[in-house]
Amino acid sequence: MKPYAGLRELTQGLRSKAFSTVELTQFYLDRIHRLNERLNCFITVDDEAALERAKLADQRLSQTDVPRLCGIPIAHKDLFCTKGLRTTCASRTLASFVAPYDATVVRQTSAAGANMLGKTNMDEFAMGSSNETSYFGPVSNPWDATRSPGGSSGGSAAAVAAGLVPFATGTDTGGSIRQPAGLCGVTGLKPTYGRVSRFGMIAFASSLDQGGPVAHSVEDAYELLRAMEGYDPADSTSANVEPTALPATHENLVIGYPEALFDGLDAEFSSAIDAARGRFEALGHSIKTIELPHVDAAIAAYYVLSGAEASTNLARYDGVRYGHRSGDQNDLADMYRSSRSEGFGLEVKRRILTGTYSLSVGYFDAYYLKAQKVRRLVRDGFLAAFADVDLILAPVAPTPAFELGSLKADPVQMYRQDIYTIPVSLAGLPGLSMPCGFVDGLPIGMQLIGKHFEEGKVLAAGMAYQQETNWHEQHPALGDESVA
Amino acid sequence: MALSQLSLDHHEKAKLSADLDSIISFIEAMNQVSTEDVEPLAHALDLTQTLRPDVAVGGIDRSAFQRIAPETSDGFYLVPKVLQQR
Repeated sequence: MKPYAGLRELTQGLRSKAFSTVELTQFYLDRIHRLNERLNCFITVDDEAALERAKLADQRLSQTDVPRLCGIPIAHKDLFCTKGLRTTCASRTLASFVAPYDATVVRQTSAAGANMLGKTNMDEFAMGSSNETSYFGPVSNPWDATRSPGGSSGGSAAAVAAGLVPFATGTDTGGSIRQPAGLCGVTGLKPTYGRVSRFGMIAFASSLDQGGPVAHSVEDAYELLRAMEGYDPADSTSANVEPTALPATHENLVIGYPEALFDGLDAEFSSAIDAARGRFEALGHSIKTIELPHVDAAIAAYYVLSGAEASTNLARYDGVRYGHRSGDQNDLADMYRSSRSEGFGLEVKRRILTGTYSLSVGYFDAYYLKAQKVRRLVRDGFLAAFADVDLILAPVAPTPAFELGSLKADPVQMYRQDIYTIPVSLAGLPGLSMPCGFVDGLPIGMQLIGKHFEEGKVLAAGMAYQQETNWHEQHPALGDESVA
Repeated sequence: MALSQLSLDHHEKAKLSADLDSIISFIEAMNQVSTEDVEPLAHALDLTQTLRPDVAVGGIDRSAFQRIAPETSDGFYLVPKVLQQR
């Protein structure tokens, strides 16, 4: 069995009985147990239940009406609630929290037949760009264990990159799927806000949070998206739109190129992006230089808005109904404070404090309202650009994977990791991150941005690119090739 | 700090107050952009709130939610005393 097999190959193998679901599941579980100590991608591995479900999947495979993803292993980011299996959000607060229900994404992917092997590591409450804020320790980048996989969906991206699962779910608030996908050399999609239900997805910043797939290829990301998406009455911001569909025939598109965004990149990085541009032209698309205004103001606005939303969302962790309760308590107010102070890590506290500050009387207009106005300008800037182009090509992150610890001391430098992804999040647009080359032996990614709900066009352009290139077929040397 | 219901130790206080200073000056980048006559935007998509049909549906089992609470009694959540006896 091959750890990096795509969905098509796995499905064929299962259906032709070249291998059973139990064998496939055991293969990935063995791999997880061999490599997780080094990479720390998983917070929880659910061996026993996964093997039980695999037996059932094998039975289903011999019946009719086999679900599309029947028997395919999957991992869920540890902020999707899973009934009966703990959901920690990588926080001490929720270290032993077991949700009484499944997130819609979990329910739907299970209904499609995917078999959950475990829950992946992440930045605490999805707040971070390096996976170093996890209560369960940092994740290592499979390409270089001394480097960060990015964050916050770093566990999911690293698990896919290391061949521990064929695909995984992630969530993206300001870049948390796209940046780790870029840093780990895998494919990730942040769908349009509202396409994937947020029900059962532990909230960070509700006007921005969006679940999406992480996979080896655009083709597989699309297959996982199909299982994740859909209108959900349980999420009041869920969009009632048609499912994502690929265009029936190849379209020659106009791809916008926001030149100024590429200015700060080093030469090797720029030449990889130039090569990708050329590839898109060879595929029949044309490139048009565009301007995207207010990028610097966008990151600032994002940290105000996401902090404000986080501070209100995280008010629920008070030690009363679930989560960590401090033993150190004299009265109720004391219990709130000590439970929260013991339960949250430093980055989460930093965001809550920023949020409460910008929401407080006297600062509300200058920070929160100002940020919402900037948000409108950023969104309108995209809409204006999209009057002339179908897609926009942008970098994903300003650098390849950085050394663990190197940005930790300076939150503002860390926040700048998301300079290319945040504007897209503020505008609620879909963004696809896929590998486009290497710098110093580390993978780098590019981003294709589409109009609202036009994931189909974005994915089709990405698939065509991956048919012509093999960046997405490069895998890290894990010293484990003998079993591959 | 009162609003956030957090208490910080000396080390955290020192670190976070320095961080917040640099975060606030970073946030000031917003002021480079004129937002006169711009309406605030709360959500990127102009979605209207969707309402489900007004039909009662089964709720979730209350006891399942109480099982994961730190402390309950007779269907109530227990917390430390709010009023002290005189």
